[in-house]
Amino acid sequence: MNSADAPSTVAEPRDWGSAVPAAKPKPGGGGSGGPPRHQDLYEKRKSVHNKRIDGPFRRFKWAIMVVTLAIYYVTPWIRWDRGPYAPDQAVLVDLANRRFYMFDIEIWPHEFYFVAGMLIMAGVGLFLVTTAVGRAWCGYACPQTVWTDLFQHVDRFFDGDRNARMRLDKAPWGPSKIMRRGSKWTVYLLISMVTGGAWILYFADAPTLFVDFFTGEAAFVAYATVGILTFTTFWLGGFMREQVCIYMCPWPRIQAAMLDEQSLIVTYKDWRGEQRGSLKKAQKEPDKYGDCIDCRECVAVCPTGIDIREGQQIGCITCALCIDACDRVMKDIGRPRGLIDYATLDQCERESAGAAPEPAWKALLRPRLFIYFGVWGAIGLAMLFALGTRAHTDLTVSPDRNPPYLLMKDGAVRNAYTLRLRNMEARPREMEIALVGLPAGSVMWTDAINREEAAATQTVEVAADQTRVVRAYVTVPTGESANEFTFRLTSLDEQREQDTATTTFTGPGDL
Amino acid sequence: MMANDQDRQESRIDEPTGTEFVGHEWDGIEELNTPLPRWWLWTFYATVAWSLVYVVLYPAWPLVERATAGTLGWSSRGELAEDLQRAEAAQSEFKAQLAGMSTAELLENPELMQRAVAGGAAAFKVNCVQCHGAGAAGYEEFGYPNLNDDDWIWGGDISEIEYTLIHGIRWEGSDQTRLNFMPAYDGVFEDAQIDGLARHVLSLSGKAESDAASAELYAQNCAACHQPAGEGDQAQGAPALNDAIWLYGGDLDDVRTQILNPRHGVMPGWSDKLDPVTIKMLAAYVHSRGGGEASEVPEETPGDAPPIMEDEPEELAMAERSDEQR
Repeated sequence: MNSADAPSTVAEPRDWGSAVPAAKPKPGGGGSGGPPRHQDLYEKRKSVHNKRIDGPFRRFKWAIMVVTLAIYYVTPWIRWDRGPYAPDQAVLVDLANRRFYMFDIEIWPHEFYFVAGMLIMAGVGLFLVTTAVGRAWCGYACPQTVWTDLFQHVDRFFDGDRNARMRLDKAPWGPSKIMRRGSKWTVYLLISMVTGGAWILYFADAPTLFVDFFTGEAAFVAYATVGILTFTTFWLGGFMREQVCIYMCPWPRIQAAMLDEQSLIVTYKDWRGEQRGSLKKAQKEPDKYGDCIDCRECVAVCPTGIDIREGQQIGCITCALCIDACDRVMKDIGRPRGLIDYATLDQCERESAGAAPEPAWKALLRPRLFIYFGVWGAIGLAMLFALGTRAHTDLTVSPDRNPPYLLMKDGAVRNAYTLRLRNMEARPREMEIALVGLPAGSVMWTDAINREEAAATQTVEVAADQTRVVRAYVTVPTGESANEFTFRLTSLDEQREQDTATTTFTGPGDL
Repeated sequence: MMANDQDRQESRIDEPTGTEFVGHEWDGIEELNTPLPRWWLWTFYATVAWSLVYVVLYPAWPLVERATAGTLGWSSRGELAEDLQRAEAAQSEFKAQLAGMSTAELLENPELMQRAVAGGAAAFKVNCVQCHGAGAAGYEEFGYPNLNDDDWIWGGDISEIEYTLIHGIRWEGSDQTRLNFMPAYDGVFEDAQIDGLARHVLSLSGKAESDAASAELYAQNCAACHQPAGEGDQAQGAPALNDAIWLYGGDLDDVRTQILNPRHGVMPGWSDKLDPVTIKMLAAYVHSRGGGEASEVPEETPGDAPPIMEDEPEELAMAERSDEQR
């Protein structure tokens, strides 16, 4: 909450100090004032009772809240037909069988790089967004923000708006306060339980788990997960709120390093607002006072309880509710909107030097954004390409090392191999294994195919969506020798997918 | 460079934040004494409280012999035992199925066979690798046979393997053990005759030249068990001499040594140490190593198939273990 914690993205010294008139320490002032002479080791949290506000940014925040919560709660219930051998849940993290389903995409553990790619995209995406519009993630889409917002609406519903809540906070505990707190916390708890409950539905068949959960037949881990998430939601969303952003979350610190003079941030235009003074004073001496009438509406609506007029600071999640509040006041007193506005530090500089206000979107036309977007898009395209062209058949071979080879009765040399045949289609498939590059007369049998049926090619069935492990015994006839050779796997369906694996054949002379 | 102005510490205040300086300065950057949030302190107290509860509930204080037990009675050994019990319980159905079928029937059921082979592999690692090696390849220098190949002294179909596992070879603990002895020819023949005989044995697999006298000697003394062409006889446990595989080595000296003073391996029977299901799984594992013989056709033994045991011990015996024992 202190501007010393705030990102110092300004390369050369600027005169932002003039925007901070309250620099003189006043006792007991907390974040905006100074501490007493001998300050406490610990700081008591000041509850934030943010005032209700309406405006374009508040409506935008509503929309994002509805969309993100809807995605979270609805996604596990979407069905997706994958045929009889695979689950029909559109998004499913199947930990037991180590499969990740997302609509038409199915990811196996060995393809975890797709997940890594998605995480990298999410990372670069955050860089992109932060570079363009500052801490928009914090202000609108972060779960902590969304749930805190939700809980603040619950507060408002039970206890009224800012002033009523502040009064109730100070009121002594009595039956009415206990009732109000009890019912409010019950609703907190219900929301938290629904939050935790939805989470587990991503990890099992949602309708089945839903029923099992209430009949007491779900796995212990399901109840434990719901319990933990219920507790964290209740605690972090209901009580910790902005403390999470200010003290716990690393992301504001990282974002601070990514912001620069050309990033959009929520800014108080001090050259226009100062010297602040009440409307009456300003009307008496229009020359002395700026546009800010010091109504403190911007502080009242802030969900983290900061004063944006102190400049950029770590507590500002750039939700822009103060813009809504200030714009409304400016309209009421007949001054132009945008005393608090989205602007870059560079735009502020030019504007304070007398230039006309620039539209915020102009800040988006910068090379760094296009580079981030290019990187982000390139990773996405590469992943789509890889997903589209990946084979659904795979073969890996590991030769037995103990024994490296052995003689058969007739003098033929035998090696043993462990083959892994992977069938990533959601249906059983016949696959043909062939020996390529061994002398004529070399044959193969397996742990499931008798030696009497040994041949240079074998056909095995691999179950739907499974890897089958086959032990293959390969003999090279007496008098012949071999070194490198290849196993070739061909799916015996219309796709005829192929994979090969080259390995070595060891004989008596090779050791 | 650190200018430590401890003396000037009487609460200089940082103007923009209103926070005290700690008094440390590095190249003009000073440290502020920003207060911790109060809830952080409560969190710390909560962890202390948690640790007290934990110490009571779970093993905690190390004493001389062992740690304090904890009122919940939890121990990692106990947890392991429970895990093992659960795993056993999960296998019980499979084991019951296995107990109710013969090994030959097991071969017809690929799914069960797969599980049996996996179980056998685990049991093999505990009980068998000491002699037969981790890869079941045996040790030629000690006469422990390779179980991967297709050369079987006492029979390589799955029920013969199971029989060997149950009763062992030359094993005192079982009266149905596989038993035979090859007589020692030291002092019976001249050196030259022994040489010729060894060469004849090697000639059966094309590794040496033989002569008529040695062939005659072989026919009279060896062919009864090892068969005229050296194809061996699994029913009596007489190893084949006409193939590429030698239990005690395959050059002239090795063969001479074996004729003069044969070694006889011993393998213990396992019926008193392992349960029948484990023995079945072991048989399945050994059979699956790539040399197992098919068992559906009964062995076409020439004429009389002698009972396995009561034979006069007079033939070269090669068995699955070579303790120097007669």
